[in-house]
Amino acid sequence: MRYLPLTQSDRTDMLRTIGAASIDDLFADVPLAARRSEPLDLPPHQGEIEVERMLRTMAAKNLAACDAPFFCGAGAYRHHIPASVDHLIQRSEFLTSYTPYQPEISQGTLQYLFEFQTQVAMLSGMDIANASMYDGATACAEAVLMANRATKRRTAILSGGLHPQYRAVTETTSHFAGGIVRAMAVAPDGVEDIINAIDDDTACIVVQTPDFFGHLRDLRPLAEAAHARGALLVAVTTEPLALGAILSPGEMGADIFVGEGQSLGVGLNFGGPYLGLFAARSALQRQMPGRLCGETVDAQGRRGYVLTLSAREQHIRREKATSNICTNSGLCCLAFTIHVALLGEAGFTQLALLNHQSAIVLAQALTGIPGVTCLNEYFFNEFTLRLPKPSAPVVDALAAKGILGGVPVSRLIPGDPNLENLLLVAANETNTDADRAAFVAALREVLA
Amino acid sequence: MMRQGRPTAPGKAGDETLTTFSGHRGLDHEEPLLFERGAEGRCGVDLPAPAKMANRLGDLARPSTIGLPGLSEPQVVRHFVRLSRKNYAIDSGLYPLGSCTMKHNPRLNEKLARLPGFADLHPLQPISTVQGALELINTLAHWLRVLTGMPAVAMSPKAGAHGELCGLMAIRAALDARGEKRNRVLAPESAHGTNPATAAMCGFSVDPIPADARGRVDLAALKAKLGPDVAAIMVTNPNTCGLFENDIIEMAKAVHDAGGYFYCDGANFNALVGRVRPGDLGIDAMHINLHKTFSTPHGGGGPGAGPVVFSQALAPFAPLPFVVDRGAGFDLVEFDTDAGDATPFGRMTAFHGQMGMFVRALSYMLSHGADGLRQVAEDAVLNANYVLASLSQDMSAPFPGPCMHECLFDDAFLKGTGVTTLDFAKAMIDEGYHPMTIYFPLVVHGAMLIEPTETESKESLDQLISVLRSLAQAAKAGDVTRFTQAPHYAPRNRLDETRAARTPVLRWRPAKEE
Repeated sequence: MRYLPLTQSDRTDMLRTIGAASIDDLFADVPLAARRSEPLDLPPHQGEIEVERMLRTMAAKNLAACDAPFFCGAGAYRHHIPASVDHLIQRSEFLTSYTPYQPEISQGTLQYLFEFQTQVAMLSGMDIANASMYDGATACAEAVLMANRATKRRTAILSGGLHPQYRAVTETTSHFAGGIVRAMAVAPDGVEDIINAIDDDTACIVVQTPDFFGHLRDLRPLAEAAHARGALLVAVTTEPLALGAILSPGEMGADIFVGEGQSLGVGLNFGGPYLGLFAARSALQRQMPGRLCGETVDAQGRRGYVLTLSAREQHIRREKATSNICTNSGLCCLAFTIHVALLGEAGFTQLALLNHQSAIVLAQALTGIPGVTCLNEYFFNEFTLRLPKPSAPVVDALAAKGILGGVPVSRLIPGDPNLENLLLVAANETNTDADRAAFVAALREVLA
Repeated sequence: MMRQGRPTAPGKAGDETLTTFSGHRGLDHEEPLLFERGAEGRCGVDLPAPAKMANRLGDLARPSTIGLPGLSEPQVVRHFVRLSRKNYAIDSGLYPLGSCTMKHNPRLNEKLARLPGFADLHPLQPISTVQGALELINTLAHWLRVLTGMPAVAMSPKAGAHGELCGLMAIRAALDARGEKRNRVLAPESAHGTNPATAAMCGFSVDPIPADARGRVDLAALKAKLGPDVAAIMVTNPNTCGLFENDIIEMAKAVHDAGGYFYCDGANFNALVGRVRPGDLGIDAMHINLHKTFSTPHGGGGPGAGPVVFSQALAPFAPLPFVVDRGAGFDLVEFDTDAGDATPFGRMTAFHGQMGMFVRALSYMLSHGADGLRQVAEDAVLNANYVLASLSQDMSAPFPGPCMHECLFDDAFLKGTGVTTLDFAKAMIDEGYHPMTIYFPLVVHGAMLIEPTETESKESLDQLISVLRSLAQAAKAGDVTRFTQAPHYAPRNRLDETRAARTPVLRWRPAKEE
């Protein structure tokens, strides 16, 4: 077996050193009833050629985004990832290291985490950010738990524009943690009265912008209203590239920012691994979940980095920890950090603008189809169309024509007749004129 | 004149106190932060010029700059390559972190996870366009069920601790379905910190079970603590002392008789894979760290993956979503209304789990096969016992062997030397090793937990043993500064963690803001 270095004679020698007659002696503590001598009903080992053939066969049954005009979003976004990103994250020293518990020999990981935290804080307009959560949805759930701790209140109010799966994860997490979640009615037109829902038991309101339907939300009046009642504003963004084009959550008064970092550097990956972003105002830093990397000096006074404020964390505080999270999304942070470093100020804002313009052009073209209207006046790179018929079968028909033409709202919120004709469409910088023309022609045909 | 290729003669030995003009030390470069490097007008990507058109951002357009530095591609590449060289990694040396299973990460897995047919799939594409992806998840789920002997598996949890949360939520949901309010979870003192933290996130109080003199759960104490308010026990097996809980079947029976459930922390499954099925031990739920047992890379702290296997009793409560094989094709159940008789407790993550990790783990499983995986457990256990036996004279083991996949030492052998476990660990860095896990588990004094894994050769273990033996002898011989000032030969000496926590600096800021 190519990954196992011990030879039969090594094994014999080692057993002799140990003083065991056979390998079975080493498993003597296993109760007799649980010892298996017969092999499990699974195939035997195979070489690289065979394994690669099997997995390539499975991969070939899928329609990859790169092989189709692609317009899906709804919480996962596709962008061109510069070649150097994937090359650098495969450096052995990044890929095959553990959590940086020994800082003297982990400065590489620690420094990029510090850079990642800085980038996230800059983009979100917040004071500080942590070293990542699993994904945007779990970050959202943790933000609600954190708001409960910080305000000593129990109730979170979720906007009707929050991604439905973020809502589901937050509801599940809060339910088991003893919190109360009140979700506003789904708001496809981006209008709702959250302010009047805030009361004295409100720990936080959770509002996404751009929201699930693509609307840009002005968080400023919400922040003001929340703060007036002693509640916190949790801002959510599922497409961080938008932060290159719109007012940041911090500038609009958010207390906690959470988001999905996948769209920068990480890739689609069929939903995971992704990258939970988590940032907050400094005053909340000791309530933060997850790892934090901080600057310090070594014995010679040289600048260096360590994991810090670990008195919040499970390995020190156990049942009193701010979260149970241990493993996070380390290598995805690195991919994000490298992608953002390559873009820089000019590239980031320009890429954001190109995405916005790609979406404007696409929305204009699609709404030229009879019976198709756009719900959004303002949007970033994603918008909602109302079709003259249910969108799910339309998307299936588009897929049969080799086009990945958006996400039906009913895929995420089934069973609501008011929503079943709605289609979420996202544009990006990789879309060509030919892609758009193919999409428009196919949709016209399917709707005819 | 061409002087390259002329042999250089050795000079006298290097002067360790030499200060260089550059601040670099040979291959070890000092590297500033990205933010200290940038210049306006540089960019590492080439993008087309935007069109002249009105935006549709309303009054929410960003008026301010972000503050990101401008860097070209070669600068970015060099920055991260230099950073990478400040890291220890399993690819560069033995990484004996106990309970972390730092084994070799096969590159075939990386290659296959990057196939566009897996890596470039959107999670919400039409089901007809992702049949191969669902087949892969279904196949991996099958392997996990067979390897554990458990009837069901939830694939969506994103890491070990997330899997624990999934398991305890299922237990809470099962108790709710029975109409019972049970609020106490029993967990050994030696448990990973995630166990009590997870229990607390599910609203359980945590009651520690003491260990007995053999480093196992004290069965009598456990039984004494069981009662009608106990929801579950959470036990790691093999436990964090590296020992198999030999009373485990009786423990399971006791907790079941008391109406509770048995959660097993599967972090240490590497010791058992192919040889022992948790399903034969009476376990109700167990997470599996794909980034430990099944070799998906740790990536400096993640991403991981933590699927949870369930017994028949808990299977109906497994979270959404899950893949089903409808015969004519695979389908994804995303809502309660499609779940048939099942009553999922909710949802743990936005999409369907760590697909990228699933591809790697399945590639690893297919490579090893049933025979190879059994050999994995045997070699992992053999390697750990070899280290334990070889060092038992020089270091002190609180519990006699055999151990499972990791071996535990305490600091009794350092008594009176002035050298602590931390010092001993830092001295290993100077010797070219990543230290073992230290000060965990908490049940022994100055713990040092060594997990070599099966991917180390005997030669590699002999070298580690020889170094640890030499260090132990040096400590006993009074060579104290070797330890207390270690590491000498790392990119940094010991870092001031107290300062970092007392005045936290968690991000870079431009000088003018300070």
